[in-house]
Amino acid sequence: MKVLPVKLPDVGEGVTEAELVEWHVKVGDIVREDDVIAAVMTDKATVEIPSLYSGKITELAGEIGQVLPIGTDLVMIETEADAVEDQTLAADPGEPAADKGAVNPETTKSAESKPPAQTEKAAKPVQQTRPRPVAGTSASAPRTEGALPLAAPSVRARARDGGIDLRQVPGTGPAGRITHQDLDAVFSRADHPAASSGPGLPRSPRIGSEDIPVVGMRRKIAERMALANARIPHITVVEEVDVTALEDLRAKLNDSRGERPKLTLLPFLAAVLARALPDHPEMNAHYDDEAGVITRHAGVNLGMATMTDAGLVVPVLRHVEALGLYDIATEIARLSEAARTSKARREELTGSTITVTSLGPLGALATTPIINPPEVAILGVNKIATRPMWDGTQFVPRKMMNISASFDHRVIDGWNAAVFVQKIKSLLETPALIFVEV
Amino acid sequence: MRQDSCKLLILGAGPGGYVCGIRAGQLGVDTIVVEADKPGGTCLNVGCIPSKALIHAADEFHAARSLVGGNALGISAGAPSIDLARTMAWKDGIVSRLTGGVASLLKKAGTRHVQGYARVLDGKSVEVTTPEGPLRIDAENIVIATGARPFELPFLPFGGPVISSTEALALPELPKRLSVVGAGYIGLEIGMAMAKLGVRVTLVEAAKSILPQYDAELSKPVLARLQALDVALHLDAKAQGLTEDGTALRVETLGGPQEIPSDKILVTVGRAPVTTGFGLEDLGLSMTGPFIAVDRFCATSMRGVFAIGDVTGEPMLAHRAMAQGVVVAEHLAGLPTIWDKRAIPAVCFTDPEIVTVGALPDAQEGLAVTKFPLAGNGRSMTLGRSDGFVRIVHDPDSGLIAGIQAVGAGIAEMAGEFSLAIEMGATLTDIAATIHAHPTLGETTQEAALKGLGQALHI
Repeated sequence: MKVLPVKLPDVGEGVTEAELVEWHVKVGDIVREDDVIAAVMTDKATVEIPSLYSGKITELAGEIGQVLPIGTDLVMIETEADAVEDQTLAADPGEPAADKGAVNPETTKSAESKPPAQTEKAAKPVQQTRPRPVAGTSASAPRTEGALPLAAPSVRARARDGGIDLRQVPGTGPAGRITHQDLDAVFSRADHPAASSGPGLPRSPRIGSEDIPVVGMRRKIAERMALANARIPHITVVEEVDVTALEDLRAKLNDSRGERPKLTLLPFLAAVLARALPDHPEMNAHYDDEAGVITRHAGVNLGMATMTDAGLVVPVLRHVEALGLYDIATEIARLSEAARTSKARREELTGSTITVTSLGPLGALATTPIINPPEVAILGVNKIATRPMWDGTQFVPRKMMNISASFDHRVIDGWNAAVFVQKIKSLLETPALIFVEV
Repeated sequence: MRQDSCKLLILGAGPGGYVCGIRAGQLGVDTIVVEADKPGGTCLNVGCIPSKALIHAADEFHAARSLVGGNALGISAGAPSIDLARTMAWKDGIVSRLTGGVASLLKKAGTRHVQGYARVLDGKSVEVTTPEGPLRIDAENIVIATGARPFELPFLPFGGPVISSTEALALPELPKRLSVVGAGYIGLEIGMAMAKLGVRVTLVEAAKSILPQYDAELSKPVLARLQALDVALHLDAKAQGLTEDGTALRVETLGGPQEIPSDKILVTVGRAPVTTGFGLEDLGLSMTGPFIAVDRFCATSMRGVFAIGDVTGEPMLAHRAMAQGVVVAEHLAGLPTIWDKRAIPAVCFTDPEIVTVGALPDAQEGLAVTKFPLAGNGRSMTLGRSDGFVRIVHDPDSGLIAGIQAVGAGIAEMAGEFSLAIEMGATLTDIAATIHAHPTLGETTQEAALKGLGQALHI
């Protein structure tokens, strides 16, 4: 037996600290090598940290939300002796691969057979030390059918107020007693009965409130949004765009796409920006307000605001100007998938020069996008709707879409903003202009 | 006929009814309580309270008698005497203070109190015969809280020398010889008090033991005390009736028929729920035996009709009725309260007292028992009484406490801890790890728990 630390590894280039966002283990848990023990977050990427050893967790480094320097001891693990030996061997770069292979089967055996035995021991100390019932020993014992749930009157009253059937609540207290903490767990589940009023349930006022710690990704988003909104005076321009021609073109391309990816509106927007920005270099820029420097970028690295389970993420489509329409579509699909599954690499989440945000069919009539600093412009697109438009002699049905673009008014004047929006509008309305070299 | 209406009408102002009335009033429910007699019901008027007063007086008298000619404490005094009329006046003073208190609590809660006999017309209306004439009350909800009355034996009808507990607690003078039919807790409480007051008491019990619902271990210290008090005890004996001249009780014992000369014969063979005679039977409510069947809201089979207290069954105890009254009041006020009690404590104010809460040792298979004697408790010795024990019935694996029983002088006051332990889902460890003040009788409970864990210190 030996207690070894698992340190917070280097999770990305230039990263010196990471925020602890999730524990996958608790003290006393048995883990195996490569089991995920925690998740940490840097900038906008969440990284899962695997265990280096098999054994029992004896100590956790900190609380959710804590920012830990790289190299901190994340957890302490009480390891089996031969597993440690294996670790020492594996850590030795000079060790021949063949020898390592010889050690591994034994490790596997110990990892698979010993920890379960230990779990059993931990769960039933009563068997060995009887007669001595100790609080907590039978905590996980399931209630026999028909047995009344064991809970203090205050717990029962709270459950009734919350519309919770205690028979459905597992008790973790001594002798299977349902504790206030057990109820907390039920209340914190989104689907607990009090949260939904299905048919037949009596209506009653819902009482109480819930505190949700703003940690991890959400805190990062909150900080950046607050910073952007507080520091940047936004000017937002809303313009309507007739996308009938663009939608016709898109439909035709999709009809004949064959093996190629389906084109959404986003690749076209990317292409429009790639086309428009060379004429408006002030828009494809970073403004370092502390240094007082505007950096105009030659290439267009397009940030794409993407909704994930964990919150807003902005993966970056690099050098749009160098990509064809289908290349863009392929890359967008890959990046958004990576972002949604938290697999995006750090470099895929940084370095954008301008950002596009779209809520698709939820896109409303107009939005007021918030700039992704240090950028100076963001283009929001709203939903497409068929509307009657006056063509001079009659009303005709046209596919209309609004665009809502925000600019950093410190460095972009209203005139420039308006001109840029008109440029975007004209490219979108006459898509041939996007692709024709004049 | 005068008419009135309310949201909640409670029939009976005993512990169940008046608590229901107070709680409903507090919660803003428009409530009327109807009671023919003084508020407080059996408990305050002819039960718990007057009997405890009498028991206290008897204990004081008995203690004074023990000082005659000196005792172990070195105190000696002359022979005491008792003026039972003054004792009764003192007891009546306590009763009227308490019943007056209940009336003012109801008033303070905004609950109306109507005096008179109620007759149920249907599930929503009642006619009350008041001193001012009949009054019809229409109510959205009715609570039946009419309680119970002493059970009458057909061959020993109340009247003449045959009395119930009600009369026994209001005797103008002490009988010389008292026979008690039924050695349950009421018969024993009054019988022992009478014995301490110098009455020659004979107990007649049809079962093989006193306090038949409890095990022998629990009743044994009481049995020993009965002998010390020279109470004659006939077990396995059936009362047959009075002799022709009414001066003796005829009893069929194992050894043949006997006649026990008696000035008074107290019949305490149980209590019968009051569910008839006021129109209730016309509602056709579902019954469980002689009792009204209720659910966990204390609702009967008829919508808007509730029942609490003794009419709903055993145990017929004031504190159960009170808790039920709270359930109904809160339920009708829209709160999510239900009847979910794990334990109802029961106390016998015998000498020594007996407390039982939750499961007895034989309640189910596989329960373990740990017991600690009061003889191992310092406080007991200083009180001059070390007979009795505390017994904890528990699950041998988890230590979960299923029941606690205790016998001992003054042990009744420990009922709260016992109930709390069970209601909280406590284990032996919870009690063992709780500091109990020294020197108190309560340490016995902690020691019993420690003993159950194999960690007893003082044995």
